[in-house]
Amino acid sequence: MTQVLERPVRLKSPASPAERTARRRALLEWVAIHSLGVAAALFFTLPFVFVLLTSLMSDTQALSRDLIPHTWEWGNYRKVFDTPGFLTWWKNTLVYAGLGTVLSVASSIPVAYALAKFRFRGRNLSLMLVISMMMLPPQVIIIPMYLFWAKQLDLSGTLWPLIIPMAFGDAFSIFLLRQFLMTIPNEYLDAAKVDGCGDLRTLLKVVLPMARPGIAAVALFQFFYAWNDYFGPQIYASENPGAWTLSYGLESFKGAHHTDWNLTMAATVLVMAPVILVFFFAQKAFVEGVTLTGVKG
Amino acid sequence: MSTITLASKRRRSGLAAKRGKRALRTVAFMSPWLIGFAVFFAYPLVSTVYFSFMHYDGFKPPAFSGAKNWTYVFKDYPYFWPAMRNTLWLVVVMVSLRVVFGLGVGLLITKIKTGTGVFRTLFYLPYLAPPVAATMSFAFLLNPGTGPVDSILEKVGIPAPGWFNDPNWSKPALTLLALWGIGDLMVIFMAALLDVPTEQYEAAELDGASAWQRFRYVTLPNISPIVMFAVVTGVIQAMQCYTQPLIAGKVASGVIQGAGTQFEPGYPERSTLTLPQLVYNLGFQRFDYGSACVVALVLFALSMVFTAFLMRRRGGLDLAGD
Repeated sequence: MTQVLERPVRLKSPASPAERTARRRALLEWVAIHSLGVAAALFFTLPFVFVLLTSLMSDTQALSRDLIPHTWEWGNYRKVFDTPGFLTWWKNTLVYAGLGTVLSVASSIPVAYALAKFRFRGRNLSLMLVISMMMLPPQVIIIPMYLFWAKQLDLSGTLWPLIIPMAFGDAFSIFLLRQFLMTIPNEYLDAAKVDGCGDLRTLLKVVLPMARPGIAAVALFQFFYAWNDYFGPQIYASENPGAWTLSYGLESFKGAHHTDWNLTMAATVLVMAPVILVFFFAQKAFVEGVTLTGVKG
Repeated sequence: MSTITLASKRRRSGLAAKRGKRALRTVAFMSPWLIGFAVFFAYPLVSTVYFSFMHYDGFKPPAFSGAKNWTYVFKDYPYFWPAMRNTLWLVVVMVSLRVVFGLGVGLLITKIKTGTGVFRTLFYLPYLAPPVAATMSFAFLLNPGTGPVDSILEKVGIPAPGWFNDPNWSKPALTLLALWGIGDLMVIFMAALLDVPTEQYEAAELDGASAWQRFRYVTLPNISPIVMFAVVTGVIQAMQCYTQPLIAGKVASGVIQGAGTQFEPGYPERSTLTLPQLVYNLGFQRFDYGSACVVALVLFALSMVFTAFLMRRRGGLDLAGD
């Protein structure tokens, strides 16, 4: 009964011509916008679709102009995994990305906290230097860095020259976290201090739980940075196939199978898939992070 | 008298102690970065300057060579000026198209009313594709003859370009790849567009402003700091463009890659050379570390000029904060 009563009464007044044109216009706009949206969606997704389809073609069909596989060769993916080295690249990438992420996040947090919440002389200068480091192309300092790691410490052929520096604060993470920590009101910190918390306790017990979304975003960025890194492994690991990562190995895979587009595309799918899977689980953190870089000054 | 001075003295020393403790605390919290800055930024930067005046091949000890590396890079190294021109091309064309397209997609997504989440995710995904994987995909998609894009173009009756195999089309192909990965800009623009006060639109509409006028006089002024931010970060990105042109050139030229493989950089006809690639070519293929450092310093100077732009308020980064 109540349901019936609460249902809004629809007054069917005849629409005036002005109203009708307005409604027609709104509909037209809806159609126009959504067709544009579909066109854009095709531009963004079709490359994935064609790559996926080709990865399932037979060797000969992959060299033809066909767009859709005649027979679905799921075995291509097994062949990729059976390629010598492929599993090693996975392991290396996980070590580089995993260890690197933990180290850089852990070392960047206290720095970002100091830059966001401590008042000290040279704070703005430090921040400017952090941003300069962030914008520095890695190629600028690669020669002395390579000589340092390879000639002085004899660590070429490993990923350590890429992982160890991540224990000393990453400029991008520091900047992003600092932007995030700025949004936490100082009242919380003052309250913690009144309760007798020291700086470290305040950071660990009060600030960190509140900064969880920012930390998640930074961790994701670091993970993807290492996952995607090509230049670093090219410099330090290229001479030792046992230290190659997925991004570096993928290119050599194309070299070894230079006519097999189907296998190359299957390998490409396998390099892209984890990134996209992680994104679906952590979409919010990601979008938050991207927004932080640009908007919340 | 004496008690007063004593008290103030004690207060002052207490203050100094507190200040000292605070400085210590700051240094302690900052220490990972302080070490990182010294070891992985300041030291290598100074060394790069040092090596740029040295002849060094990695075997014989470095020997002072004056301005020789500098004149070699600027006058005799046949890849430098093509790389400079390509970088300039990418900075102008790629960046402006990326900003316009990113803003367009950002506007579109704010207007889409049905299935917004799905559209947003689809637009965003390419941004996540690892650069090597994305470039290999595009090298395949745009492969002349057998690539799906050329197949489709020929079915429609449009003569298909050679893309990564044609020096006139290799940079547009790289631009296309960059436009595909527009996701980050879309998100930033979307956030900025949603922040524009709706009252301003309503007021403009009451004044009879057309859609274009509303965009021109309400939207643009409100988001101009973000546009600036996108331009400057885009320029920095374009200058650092390394993996995509390198992989595209290698895959298109059919070079078989392995440790120590020599390849002609910038295939086809140096059209995909960028400055960062020269550092690799000079340093790790020709073992001319000195000249590589010269290019590195050119890259450094350029990136610092644009970073300085970014750090101004109009650049979108408000650093003063509190």
